[in-house]
Amino acid sequence: MSIVIHAENISKAYRLGQLDGRSFLAEWRARLSGKPARNEADGIWALRDLSFDVREGDVVGLLGRNGAGKSTLLKLLSAIMAPTTGRIRIKGRVASLLEVGTGFHMELTGRENVFLNGAILGMNRRQVAARFDEIVAFSGVEQFIDTPVKRYSSGMRMRLAFAVAAHLDSEIVILDEVLAVGDAGFQRKCLDKVGALARSGRTIFFVAHQAATVEALCTRGMVLNKGRMEFDGTQTEALSHYYASEQVAPLPLSERADREGSGEVRLTGVEILNGSGFATDSVPSGGAVTIRLGYTRRTAEVFPHLVVSLQVTTQLGVPVFCHSNWFTGEQLGVSEESGVFVCHLPRLPLPESVYRVECRVVSEGRGGRLLDGLKGAFEFRVGPGDFYGSGKTPTLETGLAFVEGKWGVERDALRVERA
Amino acid sequence: MEKPATDAVQGWTKVITPMRGLFEVPWRELWAYRDLMLLLAWRDISAQYKQTILGPLWFLLQPLIATVAFSFLFGRMAGLGTENVPHFLFYMAGLVPWTYFSECINRTAHTFTRNSHIFGKVYFPRLAVPFAAALSNLATFLVQMAIFGVGLGVYLWKARTDPQIFLEPNWRILVFPVLVVQMAFLGVGVGLIVSSLATRYRDLALGIGFAVQIWMYGSSIVFPLSRVTDPRLRELLALNPMVPIIESVRFAFLGQGSVTQGQWLVSCGLSVGVFLLGVVMFNRTEQTAMDAV
Repeated sequence: MSIVIHAENISKAYRLGQLDGRSFLAEWRARLSGKPARNEADGIWALRDLSFDVREGDVVGLLGRNGAGKSTLLKLLSAIMAPTTGRIRIKGRVASLLEVGTGFHMELTGRENVFLNGAILGMNRRQVAARFDEIVAFSGVEQFIDTPVKRYSSGMRMRLAFAVAAHLDSEIVILDEVLAVGDAGFQRKCLDKVGALARSGRTIFFVAHQAATVEALCTRGMVLNKGRMEFDGTQTEALSHYYASEQVAPLPLSERADREGSGEVRLTGVEILNGSGFATDSVPSGGAVTIRLGYTRRTAEVFPHLVVSLQVTTQLGVPVFCHSNWFTGEQLGVSEESGVFVCHLPRLPLPESVYRVECRVVSEGRGGRLLDGLKGAFEFRVGPGDFYGSGKTPTLETGLAFVEGKWGVERDALRVERA
Repeated sequence: MEKPATDAVQGWTKVITPMRGLFEVPWRELWAYRDLMLLLAWRDISAQYKQTILGPLWFLLQPLIATVAFSFLFGRMAGLGTENVPHFLFYMAGLVPWTYFSECINRTAHTFTRNSHIFGKVYFPRLAVPFAAALSNLATFLVQMAIFGVGLGVYLWKARTDPQIFLEPNWRILVFPVLVVQMAFLGVGVGLIVSSLATRYRDLALGIGFAVQIWMYGSSIVFPLSRVTDPRLRELLALNPMVPIIESVRFAFLGQGSVTQGQWLVSCGLSVGVFLLGVVMFNRTEQTAMDAV
């Protein structure tokens, strides 16, 4: 496959600040006295010396924290900004979708906006007209196509805008965060469309924030860190690299004074691992999570039967569930000086939110003595996920838990009636 | 350093570099986006008057009301009009072209500041925006000129019986399209210069509306150039590129106006020069405008 994007040593510096009267005078004074008006310290480097090639048909997922330079890179590739140094060569037409619905005009109808938006994205009238029906069908707003878009719901606008963008005729597609539009059903439709584009041999370059998307759609992953290319390889390697660099330090608990219990065994810290085994503070809804609680034993006594429990509540303190080895019937004994209690939850049935956890360690023998108790020991965030595997995820307002189940319909009568 | 030619030979269709050359204006790309220009122009026109009661009537009312006001104020009260040409036609022949010119400036002077949101998210040749503005203004202007034509017809008919009215439209009307292009060049040129500088010096964006107003009073809109008696002052005023244009329009349609070929050629040269300077500055700014954070 031939190379369609060739980037050589590209860097980008941003200037800081607007001019006001004082800086204007200072700049011209400097210019008149022959000194360079600005120096490098005036700017911030958003990208430093990036070089890479993208081949035809590559689906590149761009990973990196906020401020790593992902958006800047996409803007350079889409020619919105010029690089400070370096050069990018591109083969083929580029459609860049850094935002959905750029240039939509509220007073114009859906139909008019489709043509306008298509033109902004680089299509001529004939090309838009040829795909018009397809675009409208994809958006699902046929009924309102001749209504001004200011009467649309924001979801409808988004859908129409994505539909226009998704039907661009171009060899290279650049996407940023646009997948997070509309309801979960439409999000899935968008993702499917991106997948279809990828299968049709289009080269795709995009920033996605969900690991699952990168894993499923991309053939290649790049990790940016502070403007530098940290990793460039397969999407799976890139993801592990990203998570490895993203690792969150364990939360220390030993300093906490607001604890109950005798203190014979004390929790010293907590770390949360996601399904791939990387420390994090945010796990996807429906994903696997492992909670590791470090402890030290501070007496000579050994405890063959301990009950460790996690009481999970919402941030307002409403109990969500309690998990403990007493419920699962597993034995936890402590004979070492220190170690880690491990709790593994294979499918977290919680909607997106932040949860608070209370930890308790109780000695089971001799009437159940509380050894250590920490209210609000730690918090963890549940991020977007797909518990039901359908792309549809209820929110916290509908209930505190997801329950596995199946639905069907039968021709049968109810059992009581049958009898 | 490789030349762009070798890039093209290798099949690269686009090369993004830190800075294009000063005169490397992407004309070809702009042509490829001609549909965008048309659509933007059409959007400006149709969106402007949506949900107004009078709708497109506004296109006609604005110059008519202004003309009546000017005829009364400057013509009747201050006595600045011309001897025999009806005041209404005299002022309308100045105001309609002037409105086109000043709208070209006003609508392009804020190109970067008003569109920064779109420019930051999508690439297209930025010149499409000011050119589209000139285009949509042109549509308004032509409609208004048609109204002027109707007015001219009415007075010509009256002039058959009224020897007091002097009107002499002549073959120079054929030059009118050139004058329109000239005004577009000058107006868009000034607008491009201001919009390029305004990305760094916001003061300009504030000052330009005011400056255009002052400019009008120096542009023989409210008085004919022939009323300036001092020949040196007249020569000086004619250096204002709008003066020969307005005088030419009046001369072509009304048969009264003072302009020499030399003055007009200077004005043409200035218009083209300002336009080219504007395009070069805009092209320069386009590449850095999105950098300031």
